[in-house]
Amino acid sequence: MRPVALVLKQPSVLPGFGLTLGFSLLYFSLIVLIPLSGLVIKTTTLTWEQFWHTVTEPRALASYQLTFGASLLGALINGFFGSVVAWVLVRYRFPGRSIVDALVDLPFALPTAVAGITLTAIYSSNGWIGHYLEPLGLKVAFTPLGVLVALTFIGLPFVVRTVQPVLQDLDMEVEEAATTLGANRWQTFRAVIVPELWPALLTGMAMAFARSVGEYGSVIFIAGNMPLKSEITPLLIMTKLEQYDYAGATALGVVMLVVSFILALMINLIQWWSGRRHTAR
Amino acid sequence: MSTKTLWKTLIALSAVLAFTNPPSVQAEDITLLNVSYDPTRELYQEFNAAFAKHWLAKTGQSVSIKQSHGGSSKQARAIIDGLEADVVTLALAYDIDAISEKARLLPANWQTRLSNNSAPYSSTITFLVRKGNPKGIKDWSDLVKPGVSVITPNPKTSGVARWNYLAAWGYALKQSGGDEAKAQDFVWRLFKNVPVLDTGARGATTTFVERGIGDVLINWENEILLSIKGSGKDKFEIVVPPLSILAEPTVSLVDKTVDKRGTRKIAQAYLEYLYSEEGQDIAGKHYYRPQLQSVAAKYSATFPAVERFTLQEFFGNWQKAHKTHFADGGSFDQIYLQSAK
Repeated sequence: MRPVALVLKQPSVLPGFGLTLGFSLLYFSLIVLIPLSGLVIKTTTLTWEQFWHTVTEPRALASYQLTFGASLLGALINGFFGSVVAWVLVRYRFPGRSIVDALVDLPFALPTAVAGITLTAIYSSNGWIGHYLEPLGLKVAFTPLGVLVALTFIGLPFVVRTVQPVLQDLDMEVEEAATTLGANRWQTFRAVIVPELWPALLTGMAMAFARSVGEYGSVIFIAGNMPLKSEITPLLIMTKLEQYDYAGATALGVVMLVVSFILALMINLIQWWSGRRHTAR
Repeated sequence: MSTKTLWKTLIALSAVLAFTNPPSVQAEDITLLNVSYDPTRELYQEFNAAFAKHWLAKTGQSVSIKQSHGGSSKQARAIIDGLEADVVTLALAYDIDAISEKARLLPANWQTRLSNNSAPYSSTITFLVRKGNPKGIKDWSDLVKPGVSVITPNPKTSGVARWNYLAAWGYALKQSGGDEAKAQDFVWRLFKNVPVLDTGARGATTTFVERGIGDVLINWENEILLSIKGSGKDKFEIVVPPLSILAEPTVSLVDKTVDKRGTRKIAQAYLEYLYSEEGQDIAGKHYYRPQLQSVAAKYSATFPAVERFTLQEFFGNWQKAHKTHFADGGSFDQIYLQSAK
């Protein structure tokens, strides 16, 4: 990589660098930075001890574990099955393909409460799927497993929609070339397809994860909301607000913000690292 | 539809929504905003029409009343954050206290300004069980029996759940002659029987009615009477415990707002009309217990006699009750923290 200063000095083909950068900064400040700094400022009405006490009480700790754990697991599940869906949609032609393609966007568009109520109805012990799972000893609705189901549902389109365009651009001739050079299917997959998909897949999973961490509407219906067991952090924030404890609510918000930011940064680093390794080869 | 057209449609749709103004009200009309909680929607629809008619006949002024419904404390928070409500009609006095305390929009003694603690109608907490009452539930003591599954929303997020909780606690206090430790033990055992904590009253009703979870639902009397009105009669039965709590959904003017908007007189008349014969009759029709004796007599078939203790009798006031039981680290939190150890 070249130093940034050098890049800036180079005459650009596109004019208006100063204008667009200024606009981007203003826009970014209005939409993201100012509201988020408001969150942090509100938290400063707490002393350090109060803050620490709020964010480390057992209920809060249990809720981080569930929220981040289920979000990560949901993102991983989507990473695998979302890629399969994208693969099928890109590589095969079958009747109803465009309908399936449109259906993938549904979790984007559906109000989350609708999704939550629907999933609960299906997975509760008298639901379509739930009453088959119940005899197997598998309870989904009103357990942490239900949280995972809801988060997997809302995360799916992120992975499919990021992986799909990359797969579309991936020329089949490259795979054919690999085959003519004597690679078996697994080798082609591992050495040709995966390196191409990897950055997009990571982005998709990161977006699905980020979305899941903040999800409230669909989860509260299916979670059962039992303290220490199936309470997500956004619900804890809501309960603080219900008690008019604004500072306590923002304290939990800050924790989620910091953790999410660190995770997003880590994912960006992994992407950068894998991208560099890829081009270096 | 391809993704591209889908996006185009979405963008067009949001542009239309963003730039169209909601239908505006005619300028000469007075408008009032009544901010209320969830189950009163139908009650105020009817009452607003009745009051508008009454006001027109009395003063020749036409008034249009807008109503807003949601979780009780969520509504209070909206007002604290700037929603300009002329009157508030919320599930519990604690939420109106919060408006007074946090935003100073009304005086601290608001509850003394109208009769019956500013509660024009009252309610209580009763049970809904499955047809034939297979678990034989008659009273609060049956709810702690092993194998009985109880549905109530989360007292942290739901107004009625706080009434439920205090009703159970008060029952146990009365049984044990005022022994707080025994009351705590009773409520703890009750919540051991609760498999799901929905965030609001309607959510809990859905869990019980639609999902088929639980043997008994604890809820507002008016919600339970409503849920059995339609097809519910063949599937559910109402059980009224001999002793329960006197639930008082309270109403008030929001002083700063009515003075700013010049609506104090009409807002005051609006609230007072709730106490009139017609207002009381509408309350009764929508399953709230009327305060006026003459109207209450008319609805005596709907509302069985039940001994009701007041919040003040056992808990002092809402501020105290909230601090002891529902604040972080309060008795409700302890149920789960202790059992986790």
